[in-house]
Amino acid sequence: MAAEPGLWSGRLALGWLIGGEWRFHPGRFLLTAVAIAVGVALGFAVHLINGSALASFDGAVRGVGGGAELSVRATSPLGFDEHLYPRVARAVGVRDASPVVKLDARIGTARLTLLGLDVIRAAAVTPALIGIAPERGNDTMFAEDAVFLSRAALAQAGTRIGARVTVTANGRSVPLRIAGTLPGAGDTASLAVIDIAAAQWRFGRLGKLDRIDLAVSDRAAAEAALANLPDASLSAAEAQNAQGDALSRAYRVNLDMLALVALLTGGFLVYSAQSLSVARRQRAFALLRTLGMPRGGVVAAVAVEGLAIGVVGAGVGLAAGYAMAWAALHWFGGDLGAGYFGGGTVRLAFQPGAAFGFFALGLAAAALGSAIPARLAARAAPAAALKNAGDVLDPRARVAWWPAAVLLVVGGAVTLLPPVGGLPLFGFTGMALLLAGGVAGVPWFARVLLTPLARRSGASVPRRLAIRHLHGAPNDAATALCGIVASTALMIAMATMITSFRGAVDDWLGQVLGADLYLRTNAGAVFDPAAQARLAATPGVARAAFSRQLPLTIAPDRPPITLIARPEQGTRDPLRVLIAPAVPLPPGARPVWVSEPAQRLYGWNPGDSLTLPIGGGARFTVAGVWRDYGRQTGAVLVDAQDYQRLTGDTGRDELAAMLRPGADAGAVTAAIQARLPADLRDQVEITRPATLRRFALTLFDRSFAVTYLLEAIAILVGLAGVAATISAQTMAREREFGMLRHLGLTRRQLTAMLATEGALVGLTGALAGIALGLVLAQVLIHVINPQSFNFTMSTRIPLGTLAAVAAALSGAAAATAILAGRRATARGAVQSVREDW
Amino acid sequence: MTLPRLDVRAVGKSVPGPRRLFAGLDLAVQGGELVAILGESGVGKSTLLNILAGLDDADEGTVAIEGITLGPLDEAARTRLRRERIGFVFQAFHILPYLTLAQNVALPLALVSSDARAAQTRAEAMLEAVGLGGRGGGYARDLSGGELQRVAIARALVHAPALILADEPTGNLDPETAARVLALFGSAVRERGAAGVIVTHSDATAAIADRVLTLTAEGLVERRGR
Repeated sequence: MAAEPGLWSGRLALGWLIGGEWRFHPGRFLLTAVAIAVGVALGFAVHLINGSALASFDGAVRGVGGGAELSVRATSPLGFDEHLYPRVARAVGVRDASPVVKLDARIGTARLTLLGLDVIRAAAVTPALIGIAPERGNDTMFAEDAVFLSRAALAQAGTRIGARVTVTANGRSVPLRIAGTLPGAGDTASLAVIDIAAAQWRFGRLGKLDRIDLAVSDRAAAEAALANLPDASLSAAEAQNAQGDALSRAYRVNLDMLALVALLTGGFLVYSAQSLSVARRQRAFALLRTLGMPRGGVVAAVAVEGLAIGVVGAGVGLAAGYAMAWAALHWFGGDLGAGYFGGGTVRLAFQPGAAFGFFALGLAAAALGSAIPARLAARAAPAAALKNAGDVLDPRARVAWWPAAVLLVVGGAVTLLPPVGGLPLFGFTGMALLLAGGVAGVPWFARVLLTPLARRSGASVPRRLAIRHLHGAPNDAATALCGIVASTALMIAMATMITSFRGAVDDWLGQVLGADLYLRTNAGAVFDPAAQARLAATPGVARAAFSRQLPLTIAPDRPPITLIARPEQGTRDPLRVLIAPAVPLPPGARPVWVSEPAQRLYGWNPGDSLTLPIGGGARFTVAGVWRDYGRQTGAVLVDAQDYQRLTGDTGRDELAAMLRPGADAGAVTAAIQARLPADLRDQVEITRPATLRRFALTLFDRSFAVTYLLEAIAILVGLAGVAATISAQTMAREREFGMLRHLGLTRRQLTAMLATEGALVGLTGALAGIALGLVLAQVLIHVINPQSFNFTMSTRIPLGTLAAVAAALSGAAAATAILAGRRATARGAVQSVREDW
Repeated sequence: MTLPRLDVRAVGKSVPGPRRLFAGLDLAVQGGELVAILGESGVGKSTLLNILAGLDDADEGTVAIEGITLGPLDEAARTRLRRERIGFVFQAFHILPYLTLAQNVALPLALVSSDARAAQTRAEAMLEAVGLGGRGGGYARDLSGGELQRVAIARALVHAPALILADEPTGNLDPETAARVLALFGSAVRERGAAGVIVTHSDATAAIADRVLTLTAEGLVERRGR
């Protein structure tokens, strides 16, 4: 498209116009730039933190994997029979195979991954996992007490080469000597490597392997040959990275979206400020058009201002975002407290692509915020604008409702579309459209809300003036309110979703924590049958339900689900909170109860038959679906006897104990501790349900803490926008106030009028924001949450929050209007009515 | 025969209603000539001025400035014509408060050239010519109404336009100041050989013109010559 003639030649005039505005209103320029900066900073910081955490997680996964292209991995921590090794090693397409024992271990409080390797085979397949000892010429690599630690593990354990440490894994504690380091393990993997025979023997894994790393000559052939393996599956290195990505992706995307809310609010603030600025300069633009500036010159002036706001805001935002990300990683960790990445070391990595993206988003928000005011400015007829002096208000003018209605209907329809790649992209698109529709509907909403008040004649003069002004000029109110309506709506939506989620989790915890005491082992330790019998016979214990919980890999590129083996208790099982009636099973069918997330992720419905990778692959029939808010990646519940028959595993790692009536929980706890085998005592946690419930809710609140922070910032930006806009609108009415004072209104009456106006504007914004927020909450609860986290719940409305928001907004708007009004009425009435051009 | 700077032929205009404002309006203004158009409020004086400036369209007839007919021109061409060949003086002065007085005067130059220094120099010279020499660095708030209108006159003349249109140029001024401003305006227009059109409802304002015409629904009626 050719540029409008004269636009370029008029650049000097354009420069004067823009420069003059900034010199006269630097505060307006800075405030809008700060609003964009806050949005960009939050978005960039959250993205950097998530990206850095994921990169570190990938680094750790790569470190533990040792760079093997393909691996045969056990589907559960029970491992697979080592007799599988020769079959794998001789498979077509496999050049070499390195057997691995892999255990979760700890040294003191430092958690790490312990690998047992056949050094000869590992040297050919995963040389990065081979340790290097400072002393040469001996057989350190093969010494049964030698352990090699990665740099991260050494740092976390606070130890050094040559020191002796106790390594605890699989319920055994073994003293080992740190013989050297693992330079190939990277910086983030917390890893320990010992000889495979020592691992099997000293950590109770005789006859078992957890992984076989492969070097392949023909990958396709190897994949075909190793497609079906008992209790194991073939997995590529990239699938392991995908697991971490899949685990946290929904959380990261949701956090990104939330951070963008602040940017959206900033965009609305730019719109408010630019609209006001354009309205104020209407006659200036008209003059320039009359003097020969092309229509495009006016658009260019407003657009250049918007772009300059965007460039400054986005630039400052990127710098602030980087600093915020550094501080957040330093103080809160890579997953911002949500617990996805296990608290490993995370290094902040600058991401140029993301920086460019967020800079562009900041620029786009500022440019789009300026686009509508620019168009309106250019559309005004210059001669009329010069004559009317901006007083074009017509209180009889109808307020269009249909653009808002169209956006709301389309937005609602879009939310019904299915997820894309497991992400609720249509849900977010629908929310954005609903938000735009809600904001577009504010003038209509204000008119409808104020019509009954405007018809009443009994109010005082100041109140009547206030109501008539807002009723006649609902677009003014909407300009002031668009930012705060958007941020309030999203805050209310998030608050409603979190209240609903928390309430549902709380109720669910009340249902599932039916026992009086809970015991749980860690570091792979288990209660053997003898220990189980001894604990069940503890005085004061009426009933003891032992269970086994294992991560179980269903698909190599997805996070494992949790297999829970418990004694069949029928409907008495408190864990089995069914969300649909149980179905009768065919005779001889082996029942499995799937959690709601497992049902949504894997499509397992009641009556379906499925194969779980235990006992060489066992068929189960889905008997029912139970509610589970504890395991986002899915869980299945099987009868302990079935589990034991299939796996031969008699160990149990959890105990739920019901006490006899009148039994003292403290005394029973002491008795249980006394009955624990000596080597288990420091590996068992005993907790009461109230503690577990509190802990679970604390974890819940921690994972949403960042959400609250982001919401609060968006609200503050929105409030700043309301304050700035109301202040500017009030100051622009100085002549009106002067005229009213000529007519006999006192300063006190003017202040009362402005306070009423401010409170009404704030209340309108709060009510619009709350109404819109409750609609958006339904999208979060019934679309985003199930599609992101696979949980469903019913709505609970946070009435206290709603009341507080309405009161805070009305109060803040009224206070702003009063303060601005004091300034606007400070000049004498005579001076105020004087033409100030 | 010299081509008139402004040549208006058989121009008519109605407003929504529909109400006929005027019809069959003819007017020719030569360079160095100042014409005043009188009329009651609502008779269409400002509408006529807008038509002459290319800001509004006539329903019938033609308007030509230096031989260029406005009717066939698109908005861009009319804008260019206004920028280069027309100067404006308004009742409300319209001096932008955030530009210096020199910048205000130089605006028409700044719309066609990026040479800020040259524009500034010409603006200062123009301010000197209207009796405000050395005040170019000041702002609108430092000036009285009469001084503001003198700045507006300087702005209207700075780019040597062919036609100067003035809409109630002394409507916001007291009679004494108005007389001084009008005298300045008249001599400035004549000295520079521009064609000037003033619309006003004030006989005193019209008195400075070479010709005084009254706008009626039937067109322009000449009152007296000078």
